Amino acid sequence: MGMNHDMIGHVYPPSKPYLVTSENISAFVKALGETNPAYADGTVAPPTFPIVVTMNAMDTAFHDPALQLDYARLVHSDQKFEYLRPIRVGDELTVSASVEEIKPLGTNEIATFKTDVYSGDELVVTGWSKIVVRGPEA
Amino acid sequence: MTIKLSDVSVGMELPALDLAFTRADLVAYANASGDQNPIHQDEEFAKSVGLPDVIAHGMLTMGRAIQVVTNWVGDPTAVIDYSVRMTRPVVVPNTAEGSIVSFTGKVAQINDDGTVQIDLGAVFGETKVLGLAKATVRLAQ
Repeated sequence: MGMNHDMIGHVYPPSKPYLVTSENISAFVKALGETNPAYADGTVAPPTFPIVVTMNAMDTAFHDPALQLDYARLVHSDQKFEYLRPIRVGDELTVSASVEEIKPLGTNEIATFKTDVYSGDELVVTGWSKIVVRGPEA
Repeated sequence: MTIKLSDVSVGMELPALDLAFTRADLVAYANASGDQNPIHQDEEFAKSVGLPDVIAHGMLTMGRAIQVVTNWVGDPTAVIDYSVRMTRPVVVPNTAEGSIVSFTGKVAQINDDGTVQIDLGAVFGETKVLGLAKATVRLAQ
């Protein structure tokens, strides 16, 4: 059983707001092993910080029964971000996730999820995550 | 130090970075990112699903590769897009040294709008762990 192609174009409701704190930024910066002094005061988030909210929003989609996605066979293969502006402390982020593409690749399926990250009404970052769902073994 | 557009030419190599990935790093990244998948922390679990050992989060590798660019530019907010393919995992043994990943960057293109495309490399041992890795930055004029 593959993924439900009727879900292409489906837009999920916005995620719950996530308040960006200097503690969250600093923990992320530290976990990356960052040494850049630009992060020292914990006000600006590193470029991959949006994954904290986009992955959560996609997780909701991944577990949507209508999508028929076999979560145990999922691998995150590609990630892209386009930044309209950096994420900063005090931003209240919500994510609008949508199913951009589902297509077969041999016995596997690949799906691309688009995640628009807003702070209030302002679009700040768009992410695209491509996943591979491995097909059943022959 | 601020890199200006006039300092840049196609083919120019950015200072490379060798970064260690340890088990403690994976725990810290799991907590900071919210990705608590046990394949990144639990050796027994990782092996039970056919992995050689615990593997690093692909997003941790992505988050570290961009440091080649942001350390060079200075201002991390100069990045206007960034994309990678996670081709192979970084396997992380339970040792103090962990695994070393070598990150490189090269100026691939100077765009008409004055932005600069950097192609990135990430190699663990002999294995390329990121593919199609590139970032676009806007530099001071």
